[in-house]
Amino acid sequence: MSQLFFGYFAGMIVITSILVVALKNPVYSALSLLVMFFHVAGLFITLHAEFLAAVQIIVYAGAILVLYLFVVMILNVTQDDRYHSQWRIAGVVCIPLFIESLLLLSGGAGAVNTGSRSLQSGPDGAIATDNTLAIGKTLYSTYLFPFEVASLVLLVAMIGAIVLAKKDIGQRET
Amino acid sequence: MIPISYYLILSAIVFFTGVVGVLIRRNIIAILLSVELMLNATNINFVAFSDYLQDLGGQVFVFFALTVAAAEVAVGLAIIIALHRSRSTINVEEFNLLKW
Repeated sequence: MSQLFFGYFAGMIVITSILVVALKNPVYSALSLLVMFFHVAGLFITLHAEFLAAVQIIVYAGAILVLYLFVVMILNVTQDDRYHSQWRIAGVVCIPLFIESLLLLSGGAGAVNTGSRSLQSGPDGAIATDNTLAIGKTLYSTYLFPFEVASLVLLVAMIGAIVLAKKDIGQRET
Repeated sequence: MIPISYYLILSAIVFFTGVVGVLIRRNIIAILLSVELMLNATNINFVAFSDYLQDLGGQVFVFFALTVAAAEVAVGLAIIIALHRSRSTINVEEFNLLKW
């Protein structure tokens, strides 16, 4: 069972990552990258990283890829046939979501059958009730300083993006 | 139980796909998408080793990789918009200001 899940997710990840490089239209590349993100999230579920799977979908598929699509649409580098056959894309997106929800509803069946221990204890040996709690305890105790540095990275990126993308930031001062 | 070498092979395939994409694509947005592919390959590696070694540090590092990916995307897309505004193209062949 776990081999089946791994085979499906790995095969789809490889196929969609090749499609990202092979497709000419950037919109299609971004959409196949979206499919790949969902399958990577499914792979994370089979590896006992449920919280990271949720973060992968929310941050990567929800924020980063939408940013990509916004820029592609703003720059208008696509062909004219980009609005055709949206139902196929929606179906391709929905299939991994359906499989992931089945995995979650069955208590991670593909993961339980592997026989490995569930990764739910923190670094101090404290038994946490779920993966999210264990990650939170680790993140806010052992990795507290890198966490703060990450916030600084995000602040610098935010200011840099505003400064770079603003049109007349120099002319207004003169 | 799936051996960890399978995850490493998958990660290597995805990473090299990203490398090839960076090398052969001429659309700068496709190049950034290929960089995302490489970051995801490292994330798969991190999570696979985190499960294999029973250490949560790998999953925490995926968070930091996510943070850096978000920052990279924001700055990279801002650079693309600025480039498109000044040169009105996103083909990397056209950008030769720094070429010697």
